[in-house]
Amino acid sequence: MKLIIAIIQPHKLEAVKKELEAVNVNLMTVSNVLGQGRQKGLTEIYRGAKEAGGLLNKVRLDIAVNEDFVEPTIKAITKGAHTGSVGDGKIFVTELAECIRISNGERGGIAIG
Amino acid sequence: MNSGDTAWVLMASALVLLMSIPGLAFFYGGLVRRKNVLSILMQCFIIVCVVSLQWMLFGYSLAFGPDFHGIIGKLDWIGLAGVGAAPNPDYSKTIPHSVFMIFQAMFAIITPALIIGAYAERVKFSAFLVFTLLWTTLVYDPLAHWVWAVGGWMRNLGALDFAGGIVVHVSSGISALVLALLLGKRIGYNHKPIRPHNLPFTVLGAALLWFGWFGFNAGSALAADGLAANAFVTTHIATAAAGITWALIEWWHNGSPTILGAATGAVAGLVAVTPACGFVNPMNAMFIGMIVALVCYIAVAIIKGKLGYDDSLDAFGVHGVGGTVGTIATGFFAEKAVNAAGNNGLLFGNAHQLYVQSLSLLFTVVFAAVMTFVIYKIVDAFIGMRVEEHNEIVGLDLTQQSEAAYTVIE
Repeated sequence: MKLIIAIIQPHKLEAVKKELEAVNVNLMTVSNVLGQGRQKGLTEIYRGAKEAGGLLNKVRLDIAVNEDFVEPTIKAITKGAHTGSVGDGKIFVTELAECIRISNGERGGIAIG
Repeated sequence: MNSGDTAWVLMASALVLLMSIPGLAFFYGGLVRRKNVLSILMQCFIIVCVVSLQWMLFGYSLAFGPDFHGIIGKLDWIGLAGVGAAPNPDYSKTIPHSVFMIFQAMFAIITPALIIGAYAERVKFSAFLVFTLLWTTLVYDPLAHWVWAVGGWMRNLGALDFAGGIVVHVSSGISALVLALLLGKRIGYNHKPIRPHNLPFTVLGAALLWFGWFGFNAGSALAADGLAANAFVTTHIATAAAGITWALIEWWHNGSPTILGAATGAVAGLVAVTPACGFVNPMNAMFIGMIVALVCYIAVAIIKGKLGYDDSLDAFGVHGVGGTVGTIATGFFAEKAVNAAGNNGLLFGNAHQLYVQSLSLLFTVVFAAVMTFVIYKIVDAFIGMRVEEHNEIVGLDLTQQSEAAYTVIE
């Protein structure tokens, strides 16, 4: 089991979701986050006071998958979120020790899907 | 008595209340961080309650009661004794005395509310309450008497202040600066600009201020007549000119025209035209708007940053500086052709008016600054004006009001 965390451009969420559903990955948690990478932030001005490099809005996806789904998931996110410029975001993949479905207590790979 | 005049001044009184709540409350509320927005709304709201009672009980009598040596009103009208349906010909022959009283009450309310901008995000609520009550009684009431009451010494001197440039804006603005200096900066102010948490609130508030200001300025004619119409028109033109001028200056200076800038410029325009609106023509009102936008922009965006004091929401930068510009501009642009009861300014051959305006301004600045300093020291000694560091970091909403404006989780 792996936990895939993707940080993407907010306006790419719909495209990423569509690609994920196409490879049968339907479960995810989505949150609004702030961040900056190589893209850097935009300058904001309040009554003449300039603030350079404010953090940018991003969307974060948390997706738990079984091993067979890791590569298709990564490909789907990349396909949906890619524009080719800085700011497209990142995908992190980590080991997932356990997964429990709260409604019936199932554990492990069966609880993921 | 005239029913048209009475109807208009009653309506105008409600418009001036609208300036304080929700106008100013949301203008300021949007500018603070989300952890302090309720403290601002609460301060504005409670000022309406407290000052209204002060005004009824003794404030109105101090400000407008029978004159005592040009300095203060006698206490003949405490509890509004004798202030009823019959007109007081000293102030207006055509409206009930009680209508004049309630119109003026709304001015007494908004003036201490303007000061909130200086101590926002760090004042203790109990200290704020006591300070407001003392300031209204010891600064606002005497000043209103000097400038507007029959027998008041500035009025006798010939000072022109149609709707409160000196009484309302210079007095609150200077006091705001003194408070900002005495209280010190907000924690973290030096390290980064503190971002407004809800600019749509601020724009909504600015728009309500603009709307309510027609009551403030045109209502000050105390009649539904040509003078009220002139004040209405000049108020609108100066505000429009100041809003666009600020946005253009910013565009040129910083690269973008901001809505906060346009809204701030508009408020500066409203402030500056306040003393002038019943004495100047529309063309000169436009110039006043353009001038005040430039001067306030320099004060807020350039000088404040260099001097480093934390006038959190620019109560001084907009009201103190804008009120000063308006008071001096009245000495330039006033003309008897607009208002025979007024006077000509420098532009119309009467340099003396500029001298009278400057002298009144100087006295107001010194008086407001000294009194604010004294009141601050007294309140600070007994209650402490500033919240503890921990409370400031957590935010005034939770530590002073025990509530939160926004929920993140249901």
